[in-house]
Amino acid sequence: MHDPAAHAVQHAAPTSFIRKHIFSLDHKVIGKQYYALALVAVVWGMVLSWLMRIHLGWGNYAIPGLHWLSSTGAPGNIMTPEYYLQLMTMHGTIMVFFVLTTAPFAAFGNFFLPIQVGAEDMPFPHFNMMSFWVTFVAFVVLVASFFVGDGPSLGGWTQYAPLSAVGSVAGPGEGLGVVLWATSIAIFCVGQLLGSLNFITTTLDMRTRGMSLMRLPLSAWAWFITSVMGLTAFAVLMPACILLILDHVAGTSFFVSSNEVINSQVLPHSGGSTLLWQHLFWFFGHPEVYIAILPGMGIVSHVLITNMRKPMLSHRVLIYSMGSLAVLSYMVYGHHMFVSGMNPFSSLAFSFPTLIITIPSTIVVLIWLGSLYGSKLRINTASLFALGFISMFISGGISGFFLAQPSIDIMLHATYFVVGHFHLVMAVAAIFGIFSGTYFWFPKMRGRMLNETLGKLHFWLTFVGAYCIFMPFHYLGIAANVRRYQAFTDDYLVPLIPVHKFITIAALLTGLSQLIFIYNLIHSYFAGKPAADNPWEGTSLEWSTATPPPHNNFGDKMPVVYHDPYQYSVEGTGADFVMQTSPEPVNNPREEK
Amino acid sequence: MAKIFAVTIVLIAIGSAIPIVMNTWHLPEDISTHGPLIDEQYADTMVEAGVSFLASQFLLAFFIWKFSSVKPGTKTRNFPGGAMGLVIAAFLLVGTEVLALGVFGAKAWASVYFTPAAANAMPVQVQAGQFAFYFRYPGPDGKFGPLHPDQINEANANFFGLDTSHDQDSKDDIVTAEMAIPVNREILLLMHSKDLGHSFFVPELRVQQDFVPGLDLSIHFTATKVGKYEIVCTQLCGLGHYNMKAYLEVMSQGDFDNWLKQQAALQ
Repeated sequence: MHDPAAHAVQHAAPTSFIRKHIFSLDHKVIGKQYYALALVAVVWGMVLSWLMRIHLGWGNYAIPGLHWLSSTGAPGNIMTPEYYLQLMTMHGTIMVFFVLTTAPFAAFGNFFLPIQVGAEDMPFPHFNMMSFWVTFVAFVVLVASFFVGDGPSLGGWTQYAPLSAVGSVAGPGEGLGVVLWATSIAIFCVGQLLGSLNFITTTLDMRTRGMSLMRLPLSAWAWFITSVMGLTAFAVLMPACILLILDHVAGTSFFVSSNEVINSQVLPHSGGSTLLWQHLFWFFGHPEVYIAILPGMGIVSHVLITNMRKPMLSHRVLIYSMGSLAVLSYMVYGHHMFVSGMNPFSSLAFSFPTLIITIPSTIVVLIWLGSLYGSKLRINTASLFALGFISMFISGGISGFFLAQPSIDIMLHATYFVVGHFHLVMAVAAIFGIFSGTYFWFPKMRGRMLNETLGKLHFWLTFVGAYCIFMPFHYLGIAANVRRYQAFTDDYLVPLIPVHKFITIAALLTGLSQLIFIYNLIHSYFAGKPAADNPWEGTSLEWSTATPPPHNNFGDKMPVVYHDPYQYSVEGTGADFVMQTSPEPVNNPREEK
Repeated sequence: MAKIFAVTIVLIAIGSAIPIVMNTWHLPEDISTHGPLIDEQYADTMVEAGVSFLASQFLLAFFIWKFSSVKPGTKTRNFPGGAMGLVIAAFLLVGTEVLALGVFGAKAWASVYFTPAAANAMPVQVQAGQFAFYFRYPGPDGKFGPLHPDQINEANANFFGLDTSHDQDSKDDIVTAEMAIPVNREILLLMHSKDLGHSFFVPELRVQQDFVPGLDLSIHFTATKVGKYEIVCTQLCGLGHYNMKAYLEVMSQGDFDNWLKQQAALQ
């Protein structure tokens, strides 16, 4: 904890346009840049999913203009089988890395973590600026793969070897496309490592006077835990990507075994392990699921508390549960590999932690539900999305019971059941967390309110639409509908096509309703109602500073913290909330010191 | 608004459960001897997951309904038992639930993977490659000849890379594009990948196993019902992945013997 009185502002407010808006050192600008990048990425990722869904429902439908994206991938505007897989790979990669990791963690975390801990900025602003621009370069490299050679990689966001490691002999996009994919992700990892370092040091070293660790809001705790995970998970993915690139450009065989034959030719590789990639990838990949969802848990808790007008039943239990999820997430990754050819004893060894991780997840859900009891719930767009998050997290989480068991996984592995499960629990839920955070914090970030009527309309269409898309996926999976097929030609799959058509229509409509959000965002950015400093009557530090916050966050005087972050409905005080910065004594035996 | 939201959550939860409760959507028919344990495990999990799903969604909806329209001046209250009660409930309820699922599930898994095939199980080799399966039967000598990757030549239909002019054991090997097996006879399936990662999935057989290049694996199963089933690839293997399939015909022993003779004559 540093002494704010002895601490000068780290960098003066910039004056030039470039230093103010482009190469800015200000964590708030960097947060907004991450948000903008995630917005561009999510629109692109969603358009890709539309194209895929149309193809799955109506394979021969010519999508107007598609040949402009790729004349070879969509001759006559009709998608080729390989182009479907290429779009699928890009959809997954863009969404997981550039949306679900950047928006809830890097965007909101950058903007609000320093403010919530009471700091004037992060300790390494240059690293912070670099982390965004490195991430931006990673995105450019990934998008570039659409326009080179035979297009982007088709190996899926998991990029399993040896398909991804043997080069273009394995199919379109498997040469330069994979090299660009791996380069992009390796660069992305650098950005995340730099960002994580900043988040960790901000939380540990930059807290203002009176801000003990237990007085940090739950959102700050979630970002802190996530950054520790980011530091360890991305540190494994980056070397894995470098090894993959070496298999392409340096003739190594890390992921390719001997005597592989394609087109009647023995490949010039020997001695590698095809399962090694899966181990390295999922050692990153499973924690990544929690990197995507933990910030959402923190944001949703923070938003709900403000709108319930009471703290969670236990601040500490939520923090410890999130910490347990983070630790356990490294011990469960093998559940992605039950039928991979890994030793079947290992499958059981990975099954038990996977089942056990449901205990902290259940505790988190029960604390949310138990805290709703007896609250004075305010319904607004932010709280609706937060409650929607809980519903989605329950629905998506419970299907994990099935997938945690190797014997059932024999039937459900690589089917649409898995697609439904992970979309609900890590994608839709995380996106609901992002929406909740956006409706809650936009006033502070921009100084203007978002339109609540449009916001609620957006919520309803998204909530119902998301269930219409992702619940039927589970049924398809139960009927053994294999994922990652560009067409369903098997006898037993043909009767399932009408369900795919229904899902496609739901996806198009739900996607279209996001235009309401984009309109609301753009319109309110320029013409929204001016926001007060504390429009939601919150208690944490972001609500005790000006809207939008000044360059050094708190003006001339750094805040001093007297209370834990959630003093709502405290007896004996005038208002129903007491700000963290209020010196007014509070008679609350449960208060965190 | 809040009450409509609560009702919507309840309707979505019930609507999601109906197709399962009415058995509109269910696992494909089981034709294996090891399948009933898996299906039982699936059914038990469905009950536990279903009850948890409905209970928690209903509770969420109920609390939204009840606590979104409290009168002004009402004091907030805490859940009886507080956080500790919920933590203990999570440990006891979910802990017991997952422990039970884990232990019984391990039994189902062990029945598939920890029991070796019987000594008299019939060996069949399957080779996966972009984008086709090929099958090999050892012929009358009961032995498979060695594979020579450098001799694989698809133009000459030498899919496995057999050297029949030098390898005695290869001479009577029978290579087919479809798989046939006798009913009620244990099969030892030897899995070999020619090129990349693939998978062998027959939903009705309750079998799904990846092929790992450089690591030959085996699985064993017994089919209990005559019929024609589809073998599909579930591991993304390239542009033709969706079309990588073969048929599995489960036949009576007599039909199988005749089929094998016909295939041998075609070699």
